[in-house]
Amino acid sequence: MIEIKNINKTFGDRQIVKDVSFKFFPSQTNLVIGESGCGKTTILKLMVGLHQLDSGSVLFDGLDFPKLNQDDQQDVRKKIGMLFQGGALFDSQTLEENVRFPLDMFTDLSIKEKLDRVNFCLQRVQLEGKNGLYPAELSGGMKKRAALARAIANNPRYLFCDEPNSGLDPKTAIVIDELIKDITHEYNITTIIVSHDMNSVIEIGDNILFIHKGENWWTGNKSEILHTTNKELFNFVFAGEFMKSVFKVQNK
Amino acid sequence: MLMMRVFKRPQKWSVYYKQIIFEIDNIGISSLPIVAIISIFMGGIITIQSAFSISNPLLPLYVLGFTARESIILEFSPTIVCLILAGKVGSNIASEIGAMRITEQIDALEIMGINSAGYLIFPKIIAAIIIFPFLIAISMFLGILGGYVMGVSAGACSSYQYVYGIQTYFEPNKLYYSFTKVVVFAFIITSISSYFGYNTSGGALEVGKSSTKAVVYSSVLILLFGLILTNIFLNH
Repeated sequence: MIEIKNINKTFGDRQIVKDVSFKFFPSQTNLVIGESGCGKTTILKLMVGLHQLDSGSVLFDGLDFPKLNQDDQQDVRKKIGMLFQGGALFDSQTLEENVRFPLDMFTDLSIKEKLDRVNFCLQRVQLEGKNGLYPAELSGGMKKRAALARAIANNPRYLFCDEPNSGLDPKTAIVIDELIKDITHEYNITTIIVSHDMNSVIEIGDNILFIHKGENWWTGNKSEILHTTNKELFNFVFAGEFMKSVFKVQNK
Repeated sequence: MLMMRVFKRPQKWSVYYKQIIFEIDNIGISSLPIVAIISIFMGGIITIQSAFSISNPLLPLYVLGFTARESIILEFSPTIVCLILAGKVGSNIASEIGAMRITEQIDALEIMGINSAGYLIFPKIIAAIIIFPFLIAISMFLGILGGYVMGVSAGACSSYQYVYGIQTYFEPNKLYYSFTKVVVFAFIITSISSYFGYNTSGGALEVGKSSTKAVVYSSVLILLFGLILTNIFLNH
């Protein structure tokens, strides 16, 4: 489990994250949602240490991550898989090398064992047989799936996903969502997904944190979110025509 | 601070070793054609210009070989070729690392628990320190050869005179001075370029700016350290 307690972050004179607390549970798809610029990606980066906290704590199974020394932080990070918005695949490496990279760095597996693991991960994200392709040769959806394969290669305990289906067509977005959900449940991973995609919320939102102007505005799950009375959340959820029609059907 | 992270004990030597071999090829071997072309032509130009400038009949023609050797070994190969490499290798390193920074590849390394500075920069520095002296040795050889071919074919001196000239008053200590400079310059080019690349923020425009800064700062530092090392080694 990951718990954030009263975390704050200011850039210049703008407070981006204001006293946010929340618990992210294992074997659940935990979503952090909110409008663009509300501070959700900053929360994600604060959790993994890419930004420094002004105050508060981030507990990885009880370990206060920001207060650990650099070596202990690296040990925690070895248990983290992260799917970046743009994939962040290494351009100079093939798909196979990208997925094998964490195994090369942190395991003593034989070449055959590594290859088996790479092939398993690629097959898991439906990219089997694409081992020799470079990131530049992949489509947007394939890049996301490849990045997901790399993120799970070393059996992470925690999986962070930053806008995993932004820029994807709805069908591919659902494939990515389903993959993340399946992997989370199968391997008992604590998964945190930052998103503003309502389809994702409805598909996989087990545990949802809604951020508004940097604050913890609402918490709940995908069933509760459709019946919310919270004004800001309502405006966020039912902003699109599709969701408006869902709302009308619900209230008939 | 960055250098402390760069020289922190590598997390896995076998991965770093592979990276060093890759960078030797990427930084060194791929620079061989440009170094070779420039060296041959510059050697020829130095010899022909020297021949043109020597109008005193009392000066023996083997001076052409002597001048070419001294110019090439002392200054052209270690300094001028390193300035050219600062342009080619320095901009390459800064833009490569800068692009990795803006596309979150460096963040991805950090999240995996990898010392990104060490993984990306250490192999480049070691590779350059290993391969640059070889490149410069080849440059010296080709420069002197270029001088021979151009000088003799242009009729500026005979083959015997040129060969006699390059063997005259040779002091091996000068090679020690030259290669010391090369090692220092290799470190300057790779570390400065890596620094600017690693600290890139923004987008493609900033990657270009980092690349330009890397070349400018590396070149200035090469000239500065060239002067300092010349004072240390040759100013008796």
